[in-house]
Amino acid sequence: MKFKKSILPLLITAFALASCGGNNSQKEGNQDSDENSNGILGAGATFPYPFYSKVFDIYNKEKGIKVNYQSIGSGGGIKQLQNKTVDFGASDAPMSDEELSKSPAPIVHIPTCLGAVIITCNLPGDPVLKFTPEVLANIFLGKVKKWNDPNIASLNPNVKLPDLAISIIHRSDGSGTTYIFSDYLSKVSAEWNAKPGKGKSLNWPAGLGAKGNEGVSGLIKQTPGSIGYVELVYALQNKMPAAQLKNKAGNFVAATLQSSSAAANIDLPADMRVSLTNTAAADGYPICSFTYLLLYKDQKYNNRTEASAKATVDLVNYVIHDGQKYAELLGYAPLPDAAVKKAEAILKSVTYGDKTLQ
Amino acid sequence: MLKIALINMNDSKSEIEKQTAHRNRKNKRFKGVIIAATIISTLPLLFILFYIFRQGISAINWQFLTHLPKPVGEAGGGVSNALVGSILILLVSCIIAIPVGIVIGIYLSEETKSRLAYYCRLAVDVLQGIPSIVIGIIIYEWIVRPMGGFSAFSGSVALALMMLPSIIKSTEETLKLLPESLKEASLALGVPYYKTMLKIIVPTGLSGILTGVILSISRVIGETAPLLFTAFGSPFMTTDIFKPMSSLPLIIFNYATSPYEDWHQLAWGASMLLILMILILNIISKIVQSKWKVQF
Amino acid sequence: MIPAITFKNNGINFKEKAFKKTLTLSAIVAVIILIAIFFTLLVNSFPSLKALGAGFFYDKTWDPVADEYGALPFLVGTLLTSFLALLISTPFSIAVSIFLGEYYKKGIVAETFKNVIDLLAGIPSVIYGFWGLFVLVPIVRIIEIKLNVPPYGVGIFTSSIILAIMILPFSVSLSRQVISMVPDHLKEAAYSLGATRFEVITKIIIPYTKSGLFAGLLLALGRALGETMAVTMLIGNTHSIPTGIFSPGNTMASVIANEFSEATGKIYTSALIEMGLFLFVVATVINIIGKQIIKRFTL
Repeated sequence: MKFKKSILPLLITAFALASCGGNNSQKEGNQDSDENSNGILGAGATFPYPFYSKVFDIYNKEKGIKVNYQSIGSGGGIKQLQNKTVDFGASDAPMSDEELSKSPAPIVHIPTCLGAVIITCNLPGDPVLKFTPEVLANIFLGKVKKWNDPNIASLNPNVKLPDLAISIIHRSDGSGTTYIFSDYLSKVSAEWNAKPGKGKSLNWPAGLGAKGNEGVSGLIKQTPGSIGYVELVYALQNKMPAAQLKNKAGNFVAATLQSSSAAANIDLPADMRVSLTNTAAADGYPICSFTYLLLYKDQKYNNRTEASAKATVDLVNYVIHDGQKYAELLGYAPLPDAAVKKAEAILKSVTYGDKTLQ
Repeated sequence: MLKIALINMNDSKSEIEKQTAHRNRKNKRFKGVIIAATIISTLPLLFILFYIFRQGISAINWQFLTHLPKPVGEAGGGVSNALVGSILILLVSCIIAIPVGIVIGIYLSEETKSRLAYYCRLAVDVLQGIPSIVIGIIIYEWIVRPMGGFSAFSGSVALALMMLPSIIKSTEETLKLLPESLKEASLALGVPYYKTMLKIIVPTGLSGILTGVILSISRVIGETAPLLFTAFGSPFMTTDIFKPMSSLPLIIFNYATSPYEDWHQLAWGASMLLILMILILNIISKIVQSKWKVQF
Repeated sequence: MIPAITFKNNGINFKEKAFKKTLTLSAIVAVIILIAIFFTLLVNSFPSLKALGAGFFYDKTWDPVADEYGALPFLVGTLLTSFLALLISTPFSIAVSIFLGEYYKKGIVAETFKNVIDLLAGIPSVIYGFWGLFVLVPIVRIIEIKLNVPPYGVGIFTSSIILAIMILPFSVSLSRQVISMVPDHLKEAAYSLGATRFEVITKIIIPYTKSGLFAGLLLALGRALGETMAVTMLIGNTHSIPTGIFSPGNTMASVIANEFSEATGKIYTSALIEMGLFLFVVATVINIIGKQIIKRFTL
């Protein structure tokens, strides 16, 4: 019976502690000495999830450090990092200046690999379709409603298109994939730029929403006549066809390692926050992007130990070097050498208080 | 005249007979409709159970129960972490909810008229009706953010909050049913009040309380919404309740909406596992109810 | 009542007091938890209440890019799915309660059906969603193709069917209770006058239990409004106002489930919490009214 009485004060204390901290995100976390000693927690983008999931699995086998990565969407990655509930965030959309200024402390972007957003459809026979930017924008604006629309048919003379309604599948959560895709559409379509615009979550003119790249590909596979955008790997792993897109140079290009790398062959800024969409490269795929891990520049916060800060930095270092070979294995393009150099420099700038971690 | 009257009588008799027959037919038809509607209402359950067992049975094997999930897109793997996670999270929520629930239940069974009891009863009613997703938000603000991270513990608190009302109610109702003479006899013998309650009254009503507890567990075992922003999930086997942890409902949600056939398989298996657990808990509660019933 | 006996023995006296204090304190804790839930929601909704005001409820656009948060589409989606579900499930729930409360009160048949309905209540929401996604959605898609509407499969209609199945056991358990409370002498009087069972049910039982049945429906509605997982998986998650029962939509609960863990920006998060507050208040009001009616009925 003592047990019953002891639980009550415990609950009350926990409750009091919780309610006073509830509205104050800056409040120091409570004492929890071994919080980060035996694992690292990250959350964010679903776009590189297959890659991270593989690398972190290998990392656990090699170094015995458990990295728990939850693919909740890029928006979630940024929010949870800002709320300091994770060790690192992950996003495909670089944080905007406004988001950075609203963060409690400076945040750095470290690119980890290159990915391509592909357009996939669920049609009988899984044909590989061709799209021009205009037609693509019109489909997602809800203006082209049927698969046998002359606009689509004239681009694909060899494909027998059914008289089927187009069901658009988009993301329901805050997504870097959506950001990359809408960034591209905003560049190629004035109408898109004016109305939904670009962002991690949009006010979609038409279609169905699904959670994560996983959810979108799942729903496309389920829905006949659907079209949607996912990271290349999801299409490869699920044997879904990826459409060819007409790039800025006028060539129809499929998403491959080479066409993604070609798009990244530009002068990169020091903070690596860069848009690669609608590339000018003749053989470049037009909807590519780096994907980033996000860290606080100063790792000393919330009673974080130096050991856990070091573990996090070591992990990121592993991903941008040894981890790169798994990117290629899965269908992501590894970082170009220039990008690795820049990433190393950014990682060196991460500190624990006054101490550097590398 | 007589003839006419006779005919009239015959007519009215057949009129009544006709009406009665009509009423009887209506009565029978109505019964038919009721039975048909009732049978239709139970069809979804049969469909769901049949489908889940058909899909799930092939998924459940030794590997499913003992292995960890594989990286995305790779075949194989199991749900051992989610199974352990679910059990741990529930265990902690029981530790929180059962004592508190029973104590509040005792209070309410003893105090029927006071103002506090009225408000307390109202609070319990309202608590029962709060949508589970709102509980998730609350625990995120109360525990996840102040503690600086997602944790199984926060998930447990969320589930405990959802278990409380039914534990309180079953305790209150069970204890109210016990004869007053039992308590009076104990008090008359000079047994202190607290001992009377804890050593006589509560043990006597234990079967009712236990049934309530078991049913409340079976009700929250499949709750997903409050875990989304609290327990969060993890691909590893963890037993540290201050770390994020996986649980069966969470992986069902994540895997069900994914494109991977393998994951669907795992999700069907996990669904079957959950339903089996719920079935077993329900059966246990029935046994407890009938076997331990105290007769007066 | 807790007896007011005092003991001379100090040790016992202390334990006695501690025990009673614990009892009272625990009751206070229950009340405080509820108040704290309300205030946590309220305080966290302030930024959105201040920035959006009443526009929150009639603004049609939910556009996180432009920082515009109008919850009307979700309000419509929530009400549409819940009422449609109620419409579908009510005839069945009343039939089942008459079956169990009048025709087969005892025996194997009654027990079997009672257990089946209980089990229906026990299946987790996420499993309903999973099953719906793989079994119900293809069926609805066939219907949609026949009706010549966009064959999404997911949408308001699909979610309503699943919701109807989910709330059925809840309203059955309440209405069965109410129906079995009809005094026997009323029914016997009607039978002795030669009434058929059908007439007893429609002329005596239903009028007598009207308010109780209504309360059952109300409480089932409260349940449907806040239901999250199954609906999130089946409703299609779009931010536009549904144009028909086959169009996709979103409910307040499903928006929170989808967007809460990633909403960046103060007003965005706060707008989601305001929806939580709204759900909380509506559920609470429905609950209190429903329970009051039931209480009055059973006393």
